[in-house]
Amino acid sequence: MPDPLLVVSDLTAGYVPDLPILKTVSLSAGRAQLTAIIGPNGAGKSTLIKAVAGLLPVSSGQILLGDDTITGIRPDQMARFGIAYVPQSDNVFRSLTIRQNLDLALRATKDPAARLAAIFEQFPPLADKQAEKAGTLSGGQRQFLAVAMALAVNPRLILMDEPSAGLSPRAAEEVLDHAKALTTEAGVTILLVEQNVKQALRRADHCYVLAEGRNQIDGPADALLKDPALGRIYLGGERRVPA
Amino acid sequence: MIQHLVDGILVGSFLSLGAIGLTMVMHILRFANFSHAELLSIGAYSALVFDKVFQVLLPFSAAKIGPLSMTWALALSVVLAMAFTGASAMLMDRLVFKRVRARGDELSMVFASFGMALIVRNVIGLVFGLSSQLYSKDIVFAMVISRDPLLLVKPDQIFVFGAALLLMLGLHLLLSRTTFGFALRAVAENPVLAQVHGVNLQRMITAVWVIGGSLGAVAGVFYGLSYQITPVMGRDLVLPIFAATIVGGLGSVYGAVFGGFLVGIASNLALVILPSGYSPSVPFLMILAVLVLRPYGLFGEARP
Repeated sequence: MPDPLLVVSDLTAGYVPDLPILKTVSLSAGRAQLTAIIGPNGAGKSTLIKAVAGLLPVSSGQILLGDDTITGIRPDQMARFGIAYVPQSDNVFRSLTIRQNLDLALRATKDPAARLAAIFEQFPPLADKQAEKAGTLSGGQRQFLAVAMALAVNPRLILMDEPSAGLSPRAAEEVLDHAKALTTEAGVTILLVEQNVKQALRRADHCYVLAEGRNQIDGPADALLKDPALGRIYLGGERRVPA
Repeated sequence: MIQHLVDGILVGSFLSLGAIGLTMVMHILRFANFSHAELLSIGAYSALVFDKVFQVLLPFSAAKIGPLSMTWALALSVVLAMAFTGASAMLMDRLVFKRVRARGDELSMVFASFGMALIVRNVIGLVFGLSSQLYSKDIVFAMVISRDPLLLVKPDQIFVFGAALLLMLGLHLLLSRTTFGFALRAVAENPVLAQVHGVNLQRMITAVWVIGGSLGAVAGVFYGLSYQITPVMGRDLVLPIFAATIVGGLGSVYGAVFGGFLVGIASNLALVILPSGYSPSVPFLMILAVLVLRPYGLFGEARP
């Protein structure tokens, strides 16, 4: 991959010391590209994205963002490196209003007023409901608020953990389309974990398939969409474990 | 009965201030801090010390403020006591609770808080003696608000009520109008997500201790203005403050305010039908009733 923004090398990480979920996983995400990570349940997809975000301890391996080593950064330092993370669930503060959620995300930015105006321009429904509690939003609207909060820090890289989970098919399409548009129109790099394989592959530029915490196959998303090995990995009939 | 109602509101003023800090600590740090009421003792006694110092260094500050028993020296002392108690709360976290949090579970924190309460109480007893102390030995007469029914209120009580409301309003503005307040509420709701959005968790935990300690100091001084301060005042106040927190709902600052007034009023109204010795049982009954009927409190939300 030419000039990747994010490079993960031989990453081993997990929730409990000495019990790694990820085992020497490597990947890279190209600049202004949508890189998808897919795999069966328990593959370690969310663990990978949490380890990159500094939410889980890394046992070994290295994570590079451009020229910066970000292995084991504290989650509250992510924004400083231009990284934003959109968790799968509980990704907005329900007890705060939409405006307060955005103000919180914007508080470290240089020109919060201008940034807020840009976000409201990009997400008009949020502007209309800015005084409402985030807990009153529908699943799709909440996901858009989470993405808007991620964009607040003007990130180079957005880590998205299953943004379509729990959404209606239409809302899921909208959210994934928006993610794709962010890469093409705003030049943001996105690392996307997604359960909805076909939807993810249709929008991604590159894709990595994980199973049992290890790399299986990777390649251009459109090529993987037609690769019969993908189906075998999902059905458990094929595993590629390095010797 | 109306006299009991008014007295209950005044008691609720300092219970609410104590409960605000407790509910914040319990919600953010996820443990029942039985040493919180000792912060009221630290506040009350440190204000006593600062008061004496000011009266020696600045004799003119010994003058009373209008009809209040409070002197200018004590008013200044409250500010210093807030800072001292906030710093003490922060120190308690750094020396004890932070270490236990890193190694133990919530139950270990609860036991640690019991131990901390005993240490604080006994150190105060050792330093100041076990007898009760007063900020002022002058007798302040109550004002007759009404003769039928008879309603008496001391100027100090009106001051305590007004000052408590002002502090609560200030905290409300902090939480609802500032990004610092949003960050505090965000940490209380979802600490991981708050960190993801750049909130420094340790700094917020420190802020919660400082705010809780400062408000506890004011509550302690207000208690001392209404009653006497003793080394065991924390022991006597821990139950009503816990009742206020649980009745209001864990994590809800507004719930703590409401709960404080409710417990204060209920305890005082109980005197109408119960002998005074049974009054302390009222907070117990309120805790039981709330835990049975609405376990997450009147203003709290069920945790997933």
